[in-house]
Amino acid sequence: MPGFDFSNHNRNAALHAQGVPLPKATSTGTTIVGCIYDGGVVIAADTRATSGPIVADKNCEKLHYISPHIWCAGAGTAADTEFTTALISSNLELHALSTGRKPRVVTVMTMLKQHLFRYQGHIGAYLVVAGCDPTGSHLFTVHAHGSTDKLPYVTMGSGSLAAMSVFETQWKSGMSRDEAVKLTSDAILAGIFNDLGSGSNVDVCVITQDKTTLMRNYITPNTREHKQRNYRFPRGTTAVLNQKIITRAEISKYVTVHEVEDVAAAAEKMDVDQ
Amino acid sequence: MAINFKDGVILGADSRTTTGAYIANRVTDKLTQVHDTIWCCRSGSAADTQAVADIVHYHLGMYGITNDEPPTTQTAAAIFQELCYDNKDQLSAGMIIAGYDHRHGGQVYSIPLGGSLHKQSYAIGGSGSTYIYGYCDANWKEGMTEEEGINFVKGSLQEAIKWDGSSGGVIRMVVLTAKGAQRHLYLPDNGYTGPGTK
Repeated sequence: MPGFDFSNHNRNAALHAQGVPLPKATSTGTTIVGCIYDGGVVIAADTRATSGPIVADKNCEKLHYISPHIWCAGAGTAADTEFTTALISSNLELHALSTGRKPRVVTVMTMLKQHLFRYQGHIGAYLVVAGCDPTGSHLFTVHAHGSTDKLPYVTMGSGSLAAMSVFETQWKSGMSRDEAVKLTSDAILAGIFNDLGSGSNVDVCVITQDKTTLMRNYITPNTREHKQRNYRFPRGTTAVLNQKIITRAEISKYVTVHEVEDVAAAAEKMDVDQ
Repeated sequence: MAINFKDGVILGADSRTTTGAYIANRVTDKLTQVHDTIWCCRSGSAADTQAVADIVHYHLGMYGITNDEPPTTQTAAAIFQELCYDNKDQLSAGMIIAGYDHRHGGQVYSIPLGGSLHKQSYAIGGSGSTYIYGYCDANWKEGMTEEEGINFVKGSLQEAIKWDGSSGGVIRMVVLTAKGAQRHLYLPDNGYTGPGTK
């Protein structure tokens, strides 16, 4: 039969029904945002990766490269956002080489939505696509099932509600670069502080027609303070009950010694293609 | 929803998309162009309807170039039906297709969930449509003017938005006549009175 084979999916569902736990996926809680301003577009993300209730990575990267002037922020399953963006980035470079044109943001958005729609939501990638191309600055969201939206400001992930409340109260049209960076980073901070699934630092990426600036750890509101006291034990804290010295001559009483042939000579004997 | 009027057709829709209880987009454009003067209203799954509309958009583009003549609304509706019927088990897509061509004038087709195709004088669909069957039936007139048609669509959608929690936001319209496509926008800020044409 043509088409996809979903027998493994059925098997896993049956196994799960019998009480076998599902493997834990990394990073379902996230805050990612994007905002268009006069002259460019800016996207931002928090840096927390979670697996269930555990923080798996305190400083992960959720801003993915697609092409020099197109970047993507990813929420959902970490592996899926990582591999989907890498795949589309690769195909886009081949596409740009074959057409001899600069890649467009709509092209990326279309490739992503067609790829994700084909997998009917089984690829858990929720993405914010942003970039500049010859047709202007663009900002899209792409959901795992393949639907897309085009808006002047967007949020995604579990922290999207906290972040959107910042945009809905502070956004205005015709912002400058600095205003847009402040607004997007404030939106991420709202996610970091108010959403349990988001945390740690703020990554920001500003894209204009001329250049792309990735500001890794643009804000670090959760740096570890130095310990107020030193918890190292001073030398001699542990009592020495007895001491025994083994001499070099006595070593054969404790270990067996084998003569090994010369390593360099053994390597010479190996078969090597000429 | 989409209606026939004296000089063509009018498509109208609210602008709300929801994921569960959260409004994912409050200014969505559910009126999608698939050819110069053939448009559709999308309801159901956003992913499914966007995918179907993209495929039809591609087919009609090819049709227009290979036949050196724009496709008819019926042709567009037939392509929509084929996709919706053949993949009915996988899709949740309720589509209304409306278009203007110089041979047949304005036409409205409805494709509900099962993939059947119905030519109608006006069509309503989506979660809010159940609330406005009475309103539409009571206020519908054949051969309305453009102004009457716009008021009919706007009045119906206002009722749908009022009663249906899953509908809301702005009211978008597209008027399709011999002159081409014209977009309208009505905001809730001023009780859906304007700004009108964009």
